[in-house]
Amino acid sequence: MPTTQENWNPGKAEDRHPEVSYDEKERLFFEVKNDPRYEDFLYGCYECGICVSTCPSARFYDYSPRVIAQAMAREDIERVYDIISEDIWNCAQCFSCLRCPRGNNPGGLVTLLREVAVKNGLQETKDVLQGYSRVIYKVMLKGNQVSPDMLQPDFFPDWGPWVGQFSANMPVWRKAIPVDTLRGVTDAAWKTDRKTLLELYTIWFETGNMDIIKEIDEGLYDLLADVMQEELEEG
Amino acid sequence: MSELTTVEEILERKSHAVTRNPEQAPSHDVREALYELEAKGEIVLHKMPENHVEVKTKFGRTKRIPIEHTWHHKSCGQCGHIPGYTSSIFWLHRQFNLDYLDPTDQTSCTGWNYYASATSNAAAQAAVMVRNFAAAYETGYFPIIHCGTSYGHYKEIREQLVHHKELRDEVRRILDKMGKPLVLPEELVHYSEWVHVMRHKFAEKQTVDMSMIRATVHPACHYYKIVAEDAIYDPDIYGGQRTATVTGTLEALGIEVADYSTWFDCCGFGFRHVLVQRDFTRSFSTLRKIEVMKNEVNPDVTVTHDTGCVTTLDKSQFSAKAHDRNVGIPVLSDAQVAALAMGAHPFRVVQFHWHSTDWRPFLDKLGINWQKYWDEFQGDLEMIRSGQKSGITWEDADKPVVY
Ligand code: SF4
Ligand code: SF4
Repeated sequence: MPTTQENWNPGKAEDRHPEVSYDEKERLFFEVKNDPRYEDFLYGCYECGICVSTCPSARFYDYSPRVIAQAMAREDIERVYDIISEDIWNCAQCFSCLRCPRGNNPGGLVTLLREVAVKNGLQETKDVLQGYSRVIYKVMLKGNQVSPDMLQPDFFPDWGPWVGQFSANMPVWRKAIPVDTLRGVTDAAWKTDRKTLLELYTIWFETGNMDIIKEIDEGLYDLLADVMQEELEEG
Repeated sequence: MSELTTVEEILERKSHAVTRNPEQAPSHDVREALYELEAKGEIVLHKMPENHVEVKTKFGRTKRIPIEHTWHHKSCGQCGHIPGYTSSIFWLHRQFNLDYLDPTDQTSCTGWNYYASATSNAAAQAAVMVRNFAAAYETGYFPIIHCGTSYGHYKEIREQLVHHKELRDEVRRILDKMGKPLVLPEELVHYSEWVHVMRHKFAEKQTVDMSMIRATVHPACHYYKIVAEDAIYDPDIYGGQRTATVTGTLEALGIEVADYSTWFDCCGFGFRHVLVQRDFTRSFSTLRKIEVMKNEVNPDVTVTHDTGCVTTLDKSQFSAKAHDRNVGIPVLSDAQVAALAMGAHPFRVVQFHWHSTDWRPFLDKLGINWQKYWDEFQGDLEMIRSGQKSGITWEDADKPVVY
């Protein structure tokens, strides 16, 4: 039977989050849809499931990149809200789903959904990122995600007894690396010029990245902004 | 607020085949767009150094890989946890007296954080990338990117910059404040592509026979899945059906590369997962990768070309072993294997001591008396501890030692 205006029934989701108004859910949906990258990431969906078959998170969680592509394409406001508040943090951002024969980028859609969740300070997102703030602090301030001194046994107990050995030997082992920019550095991944870091701070303030941090963790924002502003003023 | 798509619009869309708008869809040779933007004065294009080699990518375009005069965009993953990844890349350059720059005017791409937490935005990510490229341009050295994620992330950002004028304008406004132009390099080059084009030169200088070694390869997702058309493919390697990097290098060094069924799966890194939700990372990397390799082909080593993949595949094995799973494969990068093949010191250069999964059986099989080199290295550490030496330098590390 051909699809007509009368029999069109995309089967939209039930309202599972009555605590949030439909208007608010719709507003969040459009924030995602209006991102200039959205058109490059979603061209429709065959429901073929190729993305699911390659997706590591689909193997591990109740999670499906196909459902995300479908819900976005159908503009299913309720389902998209389920996704933005529950599913997005399961994605491993590996981009295996770029195998999509339709040219979609479900992982990229997740990135856009996450950006909107963060920008709007959704409570579920704040909860997920709670244990992660020390990493944000490091990357914003040092320009590297991790540093050798973060390799501590209490942070990585599941990596075995070696972690204790690494951290105990760290100051000496780091000096025993022939690369000039790495030798002896333990609080960052490599030696970085002060001017480089000031330029990085300028980027964070100018692009509104600091406002994003403020939305998600005000305490962290205060800490970062204090240090960065002082450094920038010193010049 | 925009309007929801109407049923009429949906039916109209479904009534004919979709054609992509070439103005917006990712193009297969992004360089044409780069040249156009350069001609319009919108961007400064960093040109490929004269000393380069041509290779083919997935859909047959010719990509140029610089041999020297390169600016090394380091990876925060490697430098934090597996410094042998970095030192092996530089050691290989030094063996051929190739001109390279290891800059301090470099930040990471910050993409790890972006993929982990999304606490950033398109403009910030693009500005971080362009700031690094502008810093490279100021030195005249051509960027080469160590990290699989930085490489993939930058490819994606380059697409966005090419296709979205507003983003270019915003990045230009920010870079103006630093007195820097909007610079993009003519090619985005991953270090493993340099390793790939140098592989036969490495083989000429090989002193350690590796023909008894069986390896598996984990191709890094962000290297060949993001903007797939930019990765190196070769009809002689996997019939051109998978990327040729890493595998080509191992084969050139005489190593047997064994296939396994989950080669396309990611390593389980997950960006945020590997830091704060490691149950996923541990399970995926051991059950879907290491254990499958072990059960199907039982390799002596598994080799990859991204810092996150090395870390994940290596460090996750401890807890799986505690659960009696069939694991225990040392994990190295292609550059570490090549350096070892050419006689690099296992600890001063390859820095095996940062790796968790037992690498001793691998070195034993190669006939390398690792204890001798470990004792030597302990001597270095003693001198550093007692203040007789401030650290290991290239003077200590340049000379190949393993024969
Ligand atoms: S990017 Fe996310 S959705 Fe796509 S395959 Fe990886 S984990 Fe799955
Ligand atoms: S692979 Fe693409 S077309 Fe197929 S289900 Fe996934 S998003 Fe839809």
